[in-house]
Amino acid sequence: MRGFFKSGNPYIWLTACALTITILMMGGLVALIMMNGLSVFWPHNIIKFALKDGSVVMGEMVKREPIPFKKDAYRTKLKIGNRDVYGLDFRWIENVDIEFREYPAHALTFERREWGNMYGFLKGIKQNDDVLPLTVENLISLLEENHSLVERIRYIEKSVIGDINFKMEKYRLALKRLTSEEPSPKVHKKIEFLHAKMENLEKTYREKEHVLAELYSGVMRKEIVVLLASDEEKIVPLFQVIRVYAPNEMGALSKLGFYTKKFWEFLSEEPREANTEGGIFPAIFGTVMMVFLMSIAVVPLGVLTAVYLKEYAGDTIIARIIRISVSNLAGIPSIVFGIFGLGFFIYLIGGGIDKLFFSETLPAPTFGTGGILWASLTLALLTVPVVVVATEEGLSAVPKSLREGSFALGATKFETIWKIVLPHATPGILTGIILAIARAAGEVAPLMLTGVVKLAPSLPIDSHFPYIHLERKFMHLGFHIYDVGFQSPNIEAAIPMVYTTTFVLLLIILVLNTTAIIIRNKLRKWYSAASL
Amino acid sequence: MEKEKIKVPEPIVNIIDLSLYYGKTKALKEINLDISKKKITSFIGPSGCGKSTLIRCLNRMNDLVENVRIEGTVKIDDQDIYAPAVDVTELRRRVGMVFQKPNPFPKSIYENVIYGPRIQGIKKRSILDEICEKTLRKAALWDEVKDRIHVSALDLSGGQQQRICIARAMAMEPEIILLDEPCSALDPIATAKIEDMLVELKMDYTVIIVTHNMQQAARISDYTGFFMLGELVEFNTTPEIFTNPSEKKTEDYITGRFG
Repeated sequence: MRGFFKSGNPYIWLTACALTITILMMGGLVALIMMNGLSVFWPHNIIKFALKDGSVVMGEMVKREPIPFKKDAYRTKLKIGNRDVYGLDFRWIENVDIEFREYPAHALTFERREWGNMYGFLKGIKQNDDVLPLTVENLISLLEENHSLVERIRYIEKSVIGDINFKMEKYRLALKRLTSEEPSPKVHKKIEFLHAKMENLEKTYREKEHVLAELYSGVMRKEIVVLLASDEEKIVPLFQVIRVYAPNEMGALSKLGFYTKKFWEFLSEEPREANTEGGIFPAIFGTVMMVFLMSIAVVPLGVLTAVYLKEYAGDTIIARIIRISVSNLAGIPSIVFGIFGLGFFIYLIGGGIDKLFFSETLPAPTFGTGGILWASLTLALLTVPVVVVATEEGLSAVPKSLREGSFALGATKFETIWKIVLPHATPGILTGIILAIARAAGEVAPLMLTGVVKLAPSLPIDSHFPYIHLERKFMHLGFHIYDVGFQSPNIEAAIPMVYTTTFVLLLIILVLNTTAIIIRNKLRKWYSAASL
Repeated sequence: MEKEKIKVPEPIVNIIDLSLYYGKTKALKEINLDISKKKITSFIGPSGCGKSTLIRCLNRMNDLVENVRIEGTVKIDDQDIYAPAVDVTELRRRVGMVFQKPNPFPKSIYENVIYGPRIQGIKKRSILDEICEKTLRKAALWDEVKDRIHVSALDLSGGQQQRICIARAMAMEPEIILLDEPCSALDPIATAKIEDMLVELKMDYTVIIVTHNMQQAARISDYTGFFMLGELVEFNTTPEIFTNPSEKKTEDYITGRFG
């Protein structure tokens, strides 16, 4: 027995077990996210149950499980959709209640702008008071026509009217500034000029509004009639329908094509329906941009701090205390950083900037409210200890012989650090950045105080001067997960979206990290032989 | 015991009563020594005798070590290098140094060679190119590396790396080159190449070399100093030291009775 312990084998087994447990937990987590997240966009078949009480239900099968304490009894969770008719999205049905089940070939899934999916059969299109028959192919071509109209409406609403509003706001502020100045003929002339411009804008605005109203009435006019499983008829405005498909008639290949298309939509479009449907593009954009801004802020701050601590501060007691404090900073709850960001960056600095440069918009704040810049800076503060510690380690790993070589050639300490030591420590610095990115991309709590919102009206980068709007609020995948999962009105329907969003967030962190790791390994190869 | 200082022709370095303390330990004890211009002077002695410490005094590399105190005077060209007004970086440009282990920077060969001139503020590419070629030719490395001067210096062999380090020191056009056991990490062939190079260098530079290898000292140097326990036991022309040492300790050491 003693020999067995002495051989060291039990310890090897212990380490192997620890590794296995870690891998299983991580793998299980990722598998759970992927399984639940990736199946969301698959067009599930529509099943129809005729129940013993004479009613009929139709929908997607979500889950089937045995009923506890009852032998051979199962219940099925059915997504029945049609929230506007039934009030609920889901219904549990016990096996004993089912008379018979079938997969009706012509059953259609209607994806709608509001109220979630509708499952039913197409009856026809409404014209005056009659219902004319309509094939699915015709409906699809009608939908396409409609979509181009909707796109145009969107364009006018977002770009054209957005432009007008932007200019209008600019003139309004200029006017406000002028009226506070000393009245003089010159000022008066300027004011008149502005008024004329604003009037012009007003005119175009009214024109566009007219165009919009016409477009809207055109889009809204068409209505289709859908026959539900319960033989009820439901009138649905064509405008509400985004897509229609018959999953029971689709083959595996066309389902795959449909899946890809929907996934792409998810990645590239804006959310609808209180974030529970549509895409997550603004959140992806916000997350990535915030991580970049955070890196831009944290790298110089962390690296310079580490250089001073390591190279110039020496090993005094104060330096040691600072070093320990910096490491401990990493243990402060992130919400505390959020509160600090709110108080310091937003109220103090942001408020100060507003008073100095944006006084004409006050009391409405410009920088004195949450925004992507403040959120990034708060996260930079949160992650600076990681970068400092990693950089210090990188600096310690620079061989003494290299420093001496540089000094012996007449380089000053600064030149040596700048030309020899820092380049050599770059892999260490990059390790710090990798850790910082991983931490920052997953952080939510401080963002909620410093500028993340449920739905941002516009991205922080757009076509209006100065193109990058660091004061704007933004969306973030982490917050999106929280919001969709816990704050949406229809949580059960949103759960799959939570998984998918989590999956995308993991993917983004993976991509960001992999890029940094590849760069680091390339650099490491270049410097590796130096420590021989 | 007061030793008589050996007169050397054209002394460029005068070491007068130099003592050095690491904390409380006295590592060098009242060294008096003159070093002749454009000659090779070698320092030999057992490990820990202070020979490396002494040459590190000549370009003030000991400044980088904590708790070092120096007494006495070191003059180069009759200028006290420990005077407060001396610019250390300027001194190190005049007194180049090569270390025991080859320590090329993780940069290309070209960047290694022009590191010094670049730090001096030479920016023009054509001048730097010229310096690089001239130095590598002088170091007899040009033919070996001319096709790959933009490859990492770390890809070279140990001997080549050390010669790059010597070339790097030469690119500064120093008056004196200090070598701290430059061949101790190299094989005999690489060592021979470096020795040939040093003999060539004597034409233009004053060379001071610390070595553990007595044959090396005998082969290449004009003057030899023997150190023990921080003291300069004997200093004389190399033939004199090796054939007719005046001190018993020197004789014991070079005949291999200890050390």
